[in-house]
Amino acid sequence: MGKLLELLKRKRFLVSDGAWGTQLMKLGLESSQCPEIWNITNKNIVYSVAKNYVDAGADIIGTNSFGANIFKLSHFNLSEKIFEINKTAAEISREAAGNDVLVIGSTGPTGKFLITGEVTFDDLYETFTKQSAAFEEGGADAVCFETFYDIDEAKCAIKAAKENTALEIICSFTFDQTTDGNYKTMMGLSPETVLSELLDSGADIIGSNCGNGFQQIVRVAEKFRLKNARIPLIIQANAGLPQIINGQLIYSESPDRIENSVRDLLELNVNIIGGCCGTTPEHIRVIRKLVDEHLQII
Amino acid sequence: MQEVLKQLAVCIERGKTNRDSKYPADLAGTDGAAELTQSALNQNISPWDILNLALLPAMQSVGEKFRDSKIFIPEVLIASRAMNASMEILKPYFISGELKLKGKIILGTVTGDLHDIGKNLLKMVLEGGGWEVIDLGVDVKVEKFVEAVKNNPARFVGLSALLTTTMLNMKEIVAGLKKEFPGLLIVIGGAPVNQSFADEINADAYFPDPAGMLHYVDSKYLNGEL
Repeated sequence: MGKLLELLKRKRFLVSDGAWGTQLMKLGLESSQCPEIWNITNKNIVYSVAKNYVDAGADIIGTNSFGANIFKLSHFNLSEKIFEINKTAAEISREAAGNDVLVIGSTGPTGKFLITGEVTFDDLYETFTKQSAAFEEGGADAVCFETFYDIDEAKCAIKAAKENTALEIICSFTFDQTTDGNYKTMMGLSPETVLSELLDSGADIIGSNCGNGFQQIVRVAEKFRLKNARIPLIIQANAGLPQIINGQLIYSESPDRIENSVRDLLELNVNIIGGCCGTTPEHIRVIRKLVDEHLQII
Repeated sequence: MQEVLKQLAVCIERGKTNRDSKYPADLAGTDGAAELTQSALNQNISPWDILNLALLPAMQSVGEKFRDSKIFIPEVLIASRAMNASMEILKPYFISGELKLKGKIILGTVTGDLHDIGKNLLKMVLEGGGWEVIDLGVDVKVEKFVEAVKNNPARFVGLSALLTTTMLNMKEIVAGLKKEFPGLLIVIGGAPVNQSFADEINADAYFPDPAGMLHYVDSKYLNGEL
């Protein structure tokens, strides 16, 4: 058993981190910049984001590497630095995490479709291998494929990490509510189907992230749990939908508004809870408090 | 309507490109969009009828089913591929001027945003609706949009953004385009945007799905507002 599953066994419920992108924007990242190059050019700022989540009580934290795949980096002429950027991402989080907190290497989808032939399986396998191997060398404990929607791309990513590293594997999908009230990926798969396929592919922890906020993601967690009562689940929701108020981006679910949804997730035995876009260390403090309360009751 | 056109529409909707394509499984070994387009021409059915009675209605139905969550991205991708196979066969008629596209629409994902799935789907549905799409790609700055409209006089520009952080860049692009081309109609779309944001940045329209924009540009076309 790897470190993450061991920690989960010991503590039963874990708190993960919140958003990185929106936090870096607050600290001066421009939308035209490659966020991941900051691992090299603005190390201290990236470190501060990681450290703030550790201080807020996270048991596991991610890395500033969501878009550091070959395709997105090449847009910034940085594809040759893929290993360095991802390794440094893991090192920065590792340093902030200290001895007690685990590091999961954040990996987003490439945005390319296998089905159209614009990329091959080998192209995807190569980029996911490079990211995962760099995380491992940088001291990460697990790799987290998150915000995925294409099951074929996810299977490729899991295979790449399994065959080239000893990292534990988290795989988390994004679902939208359809007009008939169901939840589907944009490729049309249900949470139940995604869960079965990911289990067969050998992911250790399965979940959902991003989406329309904590309140809605509870429904996705419910579908996962009804399908499988035992698999460790991770849920990292957005802080609701954003609104522009006086030119500022305000997310509808402020830290005090997520409490009921977090309790619902704990009732559903969701093992790891954290945040995605728009969440802050304050959200993580609230989740920490609720997880600790829940642990005392059960 | 002639049987061959009915069959052709089914092939477009279901993404059956040609006889060799293995998908959809229940149509394996039968003629696809390419063969049926050719046999319609062989039967002296006019290219205009092929386009307007089979291809465009089929793709319109694809756009509407996608809007209604009856189908998802993979189905749109393969339908679009089948449509392209038919259009390839009709190409000589476009070159000769016998067939005309409805007009030009310029699309791009805005500054700082590298996401193009939504924009590409929109492109497929608009092309499937008989429009010429000029795709400027991702991370498109205001200057590039302005230059594109100068080089390709168009009535419509579509802006896409996936990120809450990059949607804010739409404001500058709308302002820059409106200043240069006051009559231009600018449509915005993407997961984080909505009608009130469109109003705030002075965009002309917002649609949550490609079918909405197709309906909008088609109605302008039919009203002779181009």
